[in-house]
Amino acid sequence: MVDSTGNETKHAPGQHPDMPPPRLSVGAVGWVRQNLFSSIPNSVLTLVSAALILYIVPGLLDWAIFSAQVDGNSRTDCTNTGACWALVRVRFNQFMFGFYPASEYWRVILAGILLLLALAYILFEHLPYRTWGLLYAALYPIIAFFLLAGGLGLEFVETDRWGGLMLTIVIGITGIAASLPIGIILALGRRSQMPIVRVLCVAFIEFIRGVPLITVLFMASVMLPLFLPEGVNFNKLLRALIGVALFSSAYMAEVIRGGLQAIPKGQYEAAQALGLSYWKMMGLIVLPQALKIVIPGIVNTFIGLFKDSTLVLIIGLFDLLGIVKAAITDANWIGLSHEAYAFAGATFWIFCFSMSRYSIWLENKLHTGHKR
Amino acid sequence: MSEAAEASTGGMQISDEIAIQIAGMHKWYGEFHVLKDINLTVNRGERIVICGPSGSGKSTLIRCINRLEEHQQGQIVVNDIELTNDLKNIAEIRREVGMVFQHFNLFPHLTVLDNLTLAPIWVRKTPKAQAEAEAMKYLERVKIPEQALKYPGQLSGGQQQRVAIARSLCMNPQIMLFDEPTSALDPEMIAEVLDVMVGLAESGMTMLCVTHEMGFARRVANRVIFMDEGEIIEQNEPEEFFHNPQSDRTKLFLSQILHN
Repeated sequence: MVDSTGNETKHAPGQHPDMPPPRLSVGAVGWVRQNLFSSIPNSVLTLVSAALILYIVPGLLDWAIFSAQVDGNSRTDCTNTGACWALVRVRFNQFMFGFYPASEYWRVILAGILLLLALAYILFEHLPYRTWGLLYAALYPIIAFFLLAGGLGLEFVETDRWGGLMLTIVIGITGIAASLPIGIILALGRRSQMPIVRVLCVAFIEFIRGVPLITVLFMASVMLPLFLPEGVNFNKLLRALIGVALFSSAYMAEVIRGGLQAIPKGQYEAAQALGLSYWKMMGLIVLPQALKIVIPGIVNTFIGLFKDSTLVLIIGLFDLLGIVKAAITDANWIGLSHEAYAFAGATFWIFCFSMSRYSIWLENKLHTGHKR
Repeated sequence: MSEAAEASTGGMQISDEIAIQIAGMHKWYGEFHVLKDINLTVNRGERIVICGPSGSGKSTLIRCINRLEEHQQGQIVVNDIELTNDLKNIAEIRREVGMVFQHFNLFPHLTVLDNLTLAPIWVRKTPKAQAEAEAMKYLERVKIPEQALKYPGQLSGGQQQRVAIARSLCMNPQIMLFDEPTSALDPEMIAEVLDVMVGLAESGMTMLCVTHEMGFARRVANRVIFMDEGEIIEQNEPEEFFHNPQSDRTKLFLSQILHN
């Protein structure tokens, strides 16, 4: 056959079969060509990156694993050329539990396992008995409180003795769980048509965002008692928790406000025209879309909050980083700060990276194909 | 006038009962006087087409009827309920007045079926199974039952607008407002939406349509209203309106839209 331009064609119009793509555009070779060597700058970057990896990784692995040692009970036992993980091994329980009594560690571990179960029900939709699971997750803070602090027949453990990773998680989870709902309320309030509500929300957000977290923590721990009547004295950890929660909810409110602004006016109008009340419109139509848009920002705030929890050190609470810092000043272990910080950093990284991966998974799951 | 209209549109019944009464209504956007002394009575079963140049206030007028816009002066009574700042009245009127938008405004995070059942379940407190059965009935009526489990983003514009009409109908409204329902559609999709609207008119629904589809106006409207600069300039039954326009502005407008 011959088409209008005079070129010979093999198929009648409308009869062209689907053909496989050219071999070089698919498969491993195609991937390498497209992603690593698609242009001269890209090829140069690929080679430079490969050189850097070859330069850094073997040394790092050698230090951390091949030439490292785990045995030993003090600095003087560290004889290998690589890392000396003995400090982390010896102090591991303290890094995890702080000064929690060793006989009661099981309570922290149990609370941790129950936390994983509660999180699973909150984070994943298709688990069996989800309604019960969510009810359990809602009650979890109470369960965890009694497990960790004592009461109901369990020995009381003062919060002064909490510390290490356990304290970091307590502050992080409480801050996250409190800051999202408070942030939503503040964001809605800031866009409210009621002037008093709006002014209060704006004032709160701008005040909290205008001061450093350290200041908020100092105020919560040092200044707050000055304003309270004589004899009223509430827990230092509780004050830190309130400070962290309020601080991150101000940031959260602004992140969520960004999402609210991205929702077209037509969505509000359609919801109103159907007769939905303000709270139903927000809860069913606007917030599900707005929160989905700002998942990256929300998780960003969560991760920031989780890491900022290390600042509680300055009001005398020993979170993971605080207790690691205390350990390296021990005369027995002088000079092992690399290993201790590497351990703390790796632990934080695992938590933050998990949050990041979950958010990506959630974004993909919630994607309903309406983006253009 | 309603007698003449009835004669021209055959079987579609117009009752003496008043559905919407607007009297001496004014609206301003800031300093801008957008609606001026609007007086309009709509009987039950009437099908009114509102046309006029862009910026003439026709969309604003129908958006005042379900309080998406607030009027500052005059009176609007819908189903014997006066629109005031009373939130209860507003909610009651919105339950009875459906609205279809130029840009569909479907909820993109919900499936078609969930878009349809949301308001019946949450506003009318209809049991879920019953709401879904009714939703499917309306999807059949707009001829896309097979799309029930898709998301709006996966549908064509014409399909989305038909879903939007079905969504409004699921609330069993007594009055339907259409705000330029075909203006955002590709030409080949306009007919499928107009077909649904014609069917709705034939079922006796009280309808107010802002549209430039003059074929639709001729076919189903019993009254055509022409607006310009915030005023109702003239209104008449379609034949008279198109063949014997009274004001110069109407003549100019008709000559502009009919020659293409």
